[in-house]
Amino acid sequence: MKELLDLFMAFARIGAFTFGGGYAMLPMLQKEVVEKYHWATEDEIMDYFAIGQCTPGIIAVNTSTFVGYKTHGILGGIAATLGIITPSLIIITIIAAFLQNFADLAVVKYAFNGIRACVCVLIFNAVSKLAKKSVVDKICLGICIVVLLLSLFSPLSPALIVVLAGIAGVVFRRTGIAGGEKK
Amino acid sequence: MTGLLRLAFEFFKTGLFAVGGGLATLPFLYAMGAATGWFSAQDVANMIAISESTPGPMGVNMATYVGFASFGLPGALIGPLALVFPSVVIIIIISKILNKFKESKMVQDVFYGLRPASTGLIIAAGLGVAKIALLHLDQFEITKSLGDLLNYKAILLALVIYLIMKKKDLHPILMVVASAIVGIVFKF
Repeated sequence: MKELLDLFMAFARIGAFTFGGGYAMLPMLQKEVVEKYHWATEDEIMDYFAIGQCTPGIIAVNTSTFVGYKTHGILGGIAATLGIITPSLIIITIIAAFLQNFADLAVVKYAFNGIRACVCVLIFNAVSKLAKKSVVDKICLGICIVVLLLSLFSPLSPALIVVLAGIAGVVFRRTGIAGGEKK
Repeated sequence: MTGLLRLAFEFFKTGLFAVGGGLATLPFLYAMGAATGWFSAQDVANMIAISESTPGPMGVNMATYVGFASFGLPGALIGPLALVFPSVVIIIIISKILNKFKESKMVQDVFYGLRPASTGLIIAAGLGVAKIALLHLDQFEITKSLGDLLNYKAILLALVIYLIMKKKDLHPILMVVASAIVGIVFKF
């Protein structure tokens, strides 16, 4: 029971302080899920992101369900998911009820402009920490760069890009272009 | 009651068919507003602004907002719960399958390609935030002067945060709260 509560609270913290959704939650995940509670490895988080990108639903929610289920089964999946959405429910309800002009308030804009500058540093910091593990050789580096360019400059949807990368992984490994066993 | 059921059904549908997160739910929201009359396209624009300036997943924020605006508190609960329900079921099923085939060569090979892809997508997301956070693109469009392109205050803040993080691996929550305060105090 306590562990379910831990899951709920950790994901509630992540939900309450992730600005910009989806991948912006990576720094928080790294801190809470990987470093503090050891519920998942960075590799697993990357797998969850990739699968969450091409399955229905919101990436942040999908990733939470994955981590929760991995550690404590179905109840864990539900606890983590409820955790990630609860702060939103409370904050948005209050805003919708009392602060219709919330987004236009000067103080909100100032705060948010500051937060955005912080979030981009957090994301790059988090990515540089895990790149060593997810980009293990030159082929991986190639896939990473192609994906980056495609998502910046092509109209392909991220879901499709992820599927193509998965196919590329199989092709490179099966043809022996990429090293086999060793990750 | 029938209204709430319909709300649950509409968000269930969105959760089931919107692939790829927050922005992917937008077309569904526009269609929902048009079909039900609960909210207008203008309301959606307002919701986007609020969802983007509050923490949490954007899709969940929008579902809560729509739910509350249309049906009050019960709506604010049922909207987001109906939205996440299909993906929770789907992810649990995928997890079960993955656990079974984790060691298979096929799955290993797919993940070999997926991990660097995730890395690339995260870098792209980071660049997207950086572009909005550190540059004044709209001003640059008008004046075409490089001096107007850079958001000096934000770049300075980003630099300071980078240096702090390099020295000490502080919790992201601390950095986010501190940046919000800096933003307010120095009128970013």
